[in-house]
Amino acid sequence: MKKAIALVTLTAAIAASSQADAVQVTLACGTVGQELQLCKDGAARWAKKTGNTVKVFESPNLTNDRLGLYQQQLAAKSDAIDVYQLDIIWPGLLSQHFVDLKGKIPAAEVNAHFKSIIAADTVDGKLVAMPWFTDAGLLYYRTDLLKKYGYSAAPKTWTELATMAKKIQDGEKKANSTFAGFVFQGKNYEGLTCDALEWLVSFGGGTIVDDSGKITINNANAAKAMDTAASWVKSISPAGVTTYGEEEARGIFQSGNAAFMRNWPYAWALGQSDDSKVKGKIGVAPLPSGGNGNAATLGGWNLGVSMYSKNQAAAIDLVRYLTSAEEQKIRAVEGAYNPTRPALYKDQAVLKANPFFGSLLDVFTSAVARPSGPTKLKYNQVSQAFAGAVSDVMAGKTKGEAAVKKLETDLARIKGRGW
Amino acid sequence: MTINAPAKPPAAPPASRKRSPGIEASRARTAIILLLPTLIAIVLVAGFPLYRTIFFSAQEANLTTPGQATFIGLENFWFTTAEGIGLGFLQDPQWWTAVRNTLIFTVFSVFLETVFGMIIALVVNSAFAGRSFLRTAMLIPWAIPTVVSAQMWAYMYNDSFGLIGQGLLGGQALLADPSKAIWALIAVDVWKTTSFMALLILAGLQSLPGDMYEAADMDGASKWTQFWRMTLPLLRPALLVALVFRSLDALRVFDIMYVMLGANVAASTSMTGYARQQLIDNQLLGTGSAVSVAIFIIIMAIVVVYVTAFRVKFD
Repeated sequence: MKKAIALVTLTAAIAASSQADAVQVTLACGTVGQELQLCKDGAARWAKKTGNTVKVFESPNLTNDRLGLYQQQLAAKSDAIDVYQLDIIWPGLLSQHFVDLKGKIPAAEVNAHFKSIIAADTVDGKLVAMPWFTDAGLLYYRTDLLKKYGYSAAPKTWTELATMAKKIQDGEKKANSTFAGFVFQGKNYEGLTCDALEWLVSFGGGTIVDDSGKITINNANAAKAMDTAASWVKSISPAGVTTYGEEEARGIFQSGNAAFMRNWPYAWALGQSDDSKVKGKIGVAPLPSGGNGNAATLGGWNLGVSMYSKNQAAAIDLVRYLTSAEEQKIRAVEGAYNPTRPALYKDQAVLKANPFFGSLLDVFTSAVARPSGPTKLKYNQVSQAFAGAVSDVMAGKTKGEAAVKKLETDLARIKGRGW
Repeated sequence: MTINAPAKPPAAPPASRKRSPGIEASRARTAIILLLPTLIAIVLVAGFPLYRTIFFSAQEANLTTPGQATFIGLENFWFTTAEGIGLGFLQDPQWWTAVRNTLIFTVFSVFLETVFGMIIALVVNSAFAGRSFLRTAMLIPWAIPTVVSAQMWAYMYNDSFGLIGQGLLGGQALLADPSKAIWALIAVDVWKTTSFMALLILAGLQSLPGDMYEAADMDGASKWTQFWRMTLPLLRPALLVALVFRSLDALRVFDIMYVMLGANVAASTSMTGYARQQLIDNQLLGTGSAVSVAIFIIIMAIVVVYVTAFRVKFD
């Protein structure tokens, strides 16, 4: 018996040493648009370079679902996933489960990324994750339809957008009964929080909760922003817009059934692909203003290494590779995923694939963060309450003024003994 | 299954060593021995999680750090801070919306499923060609996983490309309007589970003796009278068991709401959706557990009402 065990151990040791330190690392990828394919490709390039293998874990589509799954795995201290793809609003929530990358990744490499994103990834001095790609809300429009109806530029204000969308919609409806003026993320979920925060800020209505943790939502501008959004439903937007996430909106725009769309940068590359009905007819602009300038919500994903990973060294190396300039450039060119390194916004190949990157650099660098910092562990509840209130206004159940008043009470209830 | 052990406790072993135990007592003992592995398994897989849920319902705990829980008694259920802010989930209007919607869903879906199930069962119980094929075919909606069928229906309800939303209703978004959405969900559940109800009722119908109907025919009773005076009363036990099963399922409904409406809206449409939101999205392990305990109590209460009011017998 003892001999057998010794033999097995010996064989295993030989097998292990012969492969140097080749290990298998599991990477959790998102699956929105072509995210999964790009994630797999990037992982494969790293695997080929290092001799390790990467197993790709396909995560749920909606960010809320993804968080629920990750939390269960992390609470159970599971080592099933080594590298997690983290939403920009999660570091505060999950920081204790991730390896501090400060010191493990050279400072020069960290500093090559946008400062604001590194700040969002740092919790109590601990670098929870490395920025992978950034996101900001953009306005997509149909250049051919704008020309057809006599417009020369994208709308600068929400009022202009409503007028233009209405005119185009009325004209196009004659030939295409399902045509819509404007589609966006109106479903009651995290995406609505992003969209509605843009309306709020552009109307001067603040950011729900300010940096000091004070609840600021109960103001006239915020109410006006919500009422304005509600006026779009069933006029320039289909009734079903309150059930659309990113992919539903993109589906409608990309099949040529909408004049305007609010979405993230990833929609650009897909809209320019060969099977897109609007290829070559898409324009991108900053989101319109409500009187207080235009605002875009900061999104984006980051890569963190689980504390429970058995192959931390390899996992960190994978994160370094995926967030490198070389890899971010490939993703920008192939998938229009925004690099988190300012230097890449001057790269000719990136600008050729995404002509709007250069002119919209402002939008990306000055994007508005959701109040996940000040509200810490309770951010999700704040976001749910906010999205719920906006959703009620859009469904016509209540008016903006009443909604922000009730929301203030609800948020006070969530804040309870403190954030 | 009845065990008479409590009524007739086995005599103390040392005293009765000389006399062989009664046949009934030894049977009871065999039964207990045979059931023991099952009971242990139940304690392990159901008892422990139940205990943990009840334990956490009295704690303030976070999902990602369950180790650091503090005891707060019933504050997860009802607690008002010094500033007059209600923190307990029973003070959250969303919970009560969820309860109301779940009850509407349960009452209407179970009622419709019973009526339609009865009609289908009566049809497939009569003799006609292709009867066995139909019996198999009618189970298809029930055999499809709910997550799949719910997503399928969500697409059908879509206002810009859905078969129902665009084709039948001309661009109405049923799921966008909360007051209409609940009826759209009931329709999905009825579509899916009527066949299960029909199957249970059919099993009951087939146990009814055929000669009784022949006699009734001879006596000149109409088909209608036969149904009301013979079929329905004899079917009562099977029908009640089916009703209890379906009501409990409907009260615990989760997947239809979650898939078709998304996490946030599901939380105000079903009690389990609310529990999930508290527990997972909000990471409130304590509150989420308290909600689960409340759901457990509500379902228990409804079972007790059913069993006593209709004198349902499970043996």
